[in-house]
Order: sequence, then C-alpha cells, then structure tokens
Amino acid sequence: MTNNANDWLNEHGDYLYRFALARLRDPHQAEDAVQETMLAAIKNNSFEGESSARTWLTGILKHKIIDLQRKLIREQPISDLVDLDASETSMDDFFDKSGHWLEKPQFLEMPENALQQKQFLSILNTCLDKLPAKLSAIFMMRDVHESDNENICKELNITATNAWVMLYRARMGLRKCLEIHWIAG
Amino acid sequence: MKLMLTCKQASQIISQSLDNPLSWQDRLRLKFHLFICDACTRFNQQLHLLNTVIKRIIKTTESDNTIQLNSEAKARITQAIESSSH
Repeated sequence: MTNNANDWLNEHGDYLYRFALARLRDPHQAEDAVQETMLAAIKNNSFEGESSARTWLTGILKHKIIDLQRKLIREQPISDLVDLDASETSMDDFFDKSGHWLEKPQFLEMPENALQQKQFLSILNTCLDKLPAKLSAIFMMRDVHESDNENICKELNITATNAWVMLYRARMGLRKCLEIHWIAG
Repeated sequence: MKLMLTCKQASQIISQSLDNPLSWQDRLRLKFHLFICDACTRFNQQLHLLNTVIKRIIKTTESDNTIQLNSEAKARITQAIESSSH
C-alpha cells in the first residue's frame, strides 16, 4: 500500500496540488489537502482500476477540499454567520434609501491573454482576502468548487436564505473591489 | 404581481440567478428591469464575468506544469505516508 501511495505521489502529486491550490488559494492548505488525500487513499483502498488513479485520487481530494473550506467557515462565530440584520445594513453601503445604486457599476474588462489572467488572479486574491473569511470561503465553495447550494447549506448547517445572503454579499464586495483594482492591459 | 423592481432588488435577483433557476415572475421582472436599467445590466455583466474568469483561471492553474509541490513538501508527505503504515 505504501509503495502504491509513493507512486501516486510521484505521478499525480503535482497535479493534485495544483487542483487544490486553484481552489484553496493557500499553498499550505493545498499541501495538507494532498497529504490527507494520500492517507485516505491508503486507508480505504477502493481503487478498482476501472477509472484512472488520477480520477480516483481527485475524487478524494474534492472531499478534502470541501472539508477544509467548511472548517474555515465554521471557525467563524456562528452568530456572525446568521446575522441577517447586520448583513442587511451593510448592503445599504451600495444603495440609497429608495434602492438606487449610490455608485453605478463600472465596466469590467475581460482578461484575455495569460498575462492578464495572472494579473486578474492576483487582484482577485487580494480582493478575496479583504472579505470576511467566511464570505470568501462560501464564495470559493459555490463559484469555484461548484458545490450546489443545497450541499452548501447541508455542509454548513445554514438556511438557504443565509447562504444566498452570504453569496450576495461576497459577490457585491468582490465586484466593487475589482472595479477599483482591475484595469486590463 | 408587482412588476417594478428597485436596483437593490434587481441586484439580489441577479445574484440568485447564478445559483438557482428563477421563478417566472422573477425572470419577467428582471428582464423588464434590465431592459430599462444600464447600471443593473452592467452589474449583471460583472457577475457573469467574475464567474467566467474564475472558471478559466482554475483550468489554467490546473494545467500549469510550473506549479509543483516543492521537495520539502513532498518529503513531508512521504514521511506521513510512511508513519501511517506503522
């Protein structure tokens, strides 16, 4: 088993690491996720050889990533998580009393080439870090990992309303931050 | 059914539309609002751009061979594998 695991690590470790890094953003967490995946793979070796080892390992990794994201969100005080009134008030930063935009949304240019994508990613990371941790984590879970809402609610033990309010706040914050920092070219 | 949405309401429906299919009432109200509102049309574009770009960046990161586990990390994981078998 250990031999297998070492082979897996050599052959697929880098790919798994990239997969995790793209979703968790943090190198240490990505490394942890790869390690957890290897240990889980050894422990319950259900690999049948029907799918490729990479597909099988990636499936395990996906669960590990969700575990880590869930932990991130759960570490936040629960009162924070369900404080709908507070989130309602903070949205007033974007609208006046009659529901009009205080500042109209600006045009955001699509990053086209590889260099622009790199710049965009680094700005996006900065913007994600500026959000409360639970908001960036739920955003990563939904928009990045494509975990569906029902699953997010189940995983986090929150209501659908809480989930959408958090996603809404995350997206509002991100697009505002991108308006300020993202200038293509 | 109230047809007119405020921008605040429209922005909330736009965000929801990324996660769940909208009811026909909301779809209609949103369509009508976007038809007359440039600001929310732009907001709608912003959210879709964010969504598209993130998916693209993930694909790029996954296939970027220059990103690798460094040798210390590999050694740490190998160590963990070894000790788990004892």
